[in-house]
Amino acid sequence: MLVLFWTDVLIYLLVAMVVVFALYARRREHLRAPWREVGRSGVAMGSLVVLAFYVTIGLLDSIHFRPALQPDEEAGKREYAHEILSVFDWLVTPLRERTEKTYSAPFAANLYTKETVELADGRQRRQFPRLKYGARHLDDPATEKTADIVATGLSAAVKGVAVWGLICVMLIAALARKKQQTFRSVFTRMLSGATAVRWRSMLYTFAVLLVISFAAADLSMEYHILGTDKVGEDVFYQTLKSIRTGLVIGTLTTLVMLPFAMLLGIMAGYFGGWIDDVIQYLYTTLSSIPGVLLIAAAVLILQVYLDNHADRFSSIAERADLRLLFLCLILGVTSWTSLCRYLRGETLKLRDTDYIQAATALGVRQFTILTRHVAPNVMHIVLITVVLDFSALVLAEAVLSYVQIGVDPAMNSWGNMINSARLEMAREPIVWWSLFAAFLFMFSLVLAANLFSDALRDAFDPRLRREK
Amino acid sequence: MTAYIVRRLLYAIPILIGVNLLTFVLFFVINTPDDIARSQLGDRRVTAAAIDTWKRAHGYQKPLIYNENAQGLGKLTDTVLFNKSVRLFAFDFGRSDSGRDIGYDIGQRMWPSLAIAVPTLIVGILVNITFALLIALFRGTYIDFWGVVLCVILLSVSSLFYIIGGQYLLSKLFHLVPISGYDTGINATKFLILPVIVGVISGVGSGTRWYRTLFLEEIGKDYVRTARAKGLSEHVVLFRHVLRNALIPLLTGIVVVLPLLFMGSLIVESFFGVPGLGSYTIDGIQRQDFAIVRSMVFLGSVLYIIGLLLTDISYTLVDPRVRLR
Repeated sequence: MLVLFWTDVLIYLLVAMVVVFALYARRREHLRAPWREVGRSGVAMGSLVVLAFYVTIGLLDSIHFRPALQPDEEAGKREYAHEILSVFDWLVTPLRERTEKTYSAPFAANLYTKETVELADGRQRRQFPRLKYGARHLDDPATEKTADIVATGLSAAVKGVAVWGLICVMLIAALARKKQQTFRSVFTRMLSGATAVRWRSMLYTFAVLLVISFAAADLSMEYHILGTDKVGEDVFYQTLKSIRTGLVIGTLTTLVMLPFAMLLGIMAGYFGGWIDDVIQYLYTTLSSIPGVLLIAAAVLILQVYLDNHADRFSSIAERADLRLLFLCLILGVTSWTSLCRYLRGETLKLRDTDYIQAATALGVRQFTILTRHVAPNVMHIVLITVVLDFSALVLAEAVLSYVQIGVDPAMNSWGNMINSARLEMAREPIVWWSLFAAFLFMFSLVLAANLFSDALRDAFDPRLRREK
Repeated sequence: MTAYIVRRLLYAIPILIGVNLLTFVLFFVINTPDDIARSQLGDRRVTAAAIDTWKRAHGYQKPLIYNENAQGLGKLTDTVLFNKSVRLFAFDFGRSDSGRDIGYDIGQRMWPSLAIAVPTLIVGILVNITFALLIALFRGTYIDFWGVVLCVILLSVSSLFYIIGGQYLLSKLFHLVPISGYDTGINATKFLILPVIVGVISGVGSGTRWYRTLFLEEIGKDYVRTARAKGLSEHVVLFRHVLRNALIPLLTGIVVVLPLLFMGSLIVESFFGVPGLGSYTIDGIQRQDFAIVRSMVFLGSVLYIIGLLLTDISYTLVDPRVRLR
């Protein structure tokens, strides 16, 4: 049975918007030109592949359902489990279900803490017990483990390279067919990086990602490749689940603020007069409250609300989702003011251009002028802001969760992972893997987003384009 | 000039009223004082009498905005809005929900915040300018390219990792400085080193990149070409001409944060156990102390508005072409 969370619905909406925009931009040369420039940048296309990888996992994790239980013969109607799963959860079921007792290091065969174990002859001894699932297939982990890891990893890597090669051949064949060239000429041009779209850097990045994910997939069937946390849950699973949280914060925040910022910014710039004054007063007031404090206050209030109305939510997941959405809203409120200010300035400039004057003189309705002449011409500012804000928001989530004004503690997020790992810093040997996992995934996402947004800004900002 | 400042100060009043109304609505209309009392008392089945006592003790017993039973002006002043919000304008913060004097606490906790924020800002700016000038000097070379790449890498790392990494490396591995804590007077220095280092490093990526664009923008201008044409060396051009002119946007970016230094940094302070205003706010949040959070929001807005005013004034000081009317 399908379950729809609020954030899910908004994510679908966002995907639909991106698709519509892509179709719209396809047919218009002035919109295609900057994208072509982005396509020429190797770094940007490589980052795009990484981002696409994250987005795929995030989307898979955004389709929620309640699995059907074993059908009851007599009743004849299907019963559904109370637990809500996503498609991604279902795909990685072994990862999700194989929980240990407590901490264990990456690739470990034994638990992190000692336990009293009864030996075969009845005596008791304190030792590190074997894990329930990690390295279970080995008889003597001390001697066999390294060889097994290398063998499994290599065979998975070979599989990854094979799949990659297949995809490459298919892609080149498809391109050759489309451009009516020989397979060979497309191949050599791609290898030398002379194509209009930088396929080479995309495919190299893709190769690295495929090899890593194949190796990770195969190894995580036998080991906990990033260890387990305090309650024995696989850290690799947690960090993969956190991807959705990060993406939701990074994208939905801008989505919810966009209508307000655009409407108010354009109106303030276009109409001027008292409308301008009111809107300026509004955003000056909002922006003079330091962002963190406003978020803190708002989340505090939400907490009180949730405490007092606990009975309104059927599950923890639903409550966590509402809190996530609320966090997006409040982050949006704190960040729309700068976009609004930019848009106002740009519209002020546009208002005096000849084509708007002409439209006014010809008696075009004001609403039509705003939607047909002004809005499309400020879109580049919107796009640049949205993309530039993304990485900052992903980072902000971690910080906010750390000070406990972020996402719900029950939700998987990098901030929560760091927060819980921080408490174990003093342990000896140090429990580093949760931090490492959060760092690795967050860093690669933010780095890719930063590199991509830089290329995008260079391509779309007319001021920069003129300087070239 | 004076007229301008006075007008700007007067203009700040409606904004502060707006901020105040906004926080008031946020705090007391979404959750009624009854809700707050219930969550403070911690139990869902508290008696009405207990709620009343709590409200009376913390001054929430009056009507929210309009008091029908009072006489004359008391209709407006004998309310929660007046007692909790309007007094903030006189910087009378009142008592926190745990009964402490907020104004006194702010006065006490301001100094540790400043002790961390001011050195971080100064050292940070010096480091950023140095790196940015270095990169600008080698613009178009591999040093420029890899410098920018390094900046992007640095700014892609969450500040939490800088803090954790710094604590682990300097305190746990090398035992150079204490992990966290604070002391009074000169003894505080050893507690300050680590937060300052971490603060500088976590800002270096974005700072250097931003300053680099400022310098490069200046380098493309005509007066730089003139300076080169008359035979000045690249160093003189960069340090005497470009740096001075780039100071204008640079300075205005700095001045606006100056007043906010009082507020300290929430994350750094709570990580390092410094009893500043940042950790005060965090404590307030975690104890769900509305009075503290509201005072800090108000204080933050006042400081921000002062910052904007100072920015405008500093424009006229560094750039004689700018006239404030």
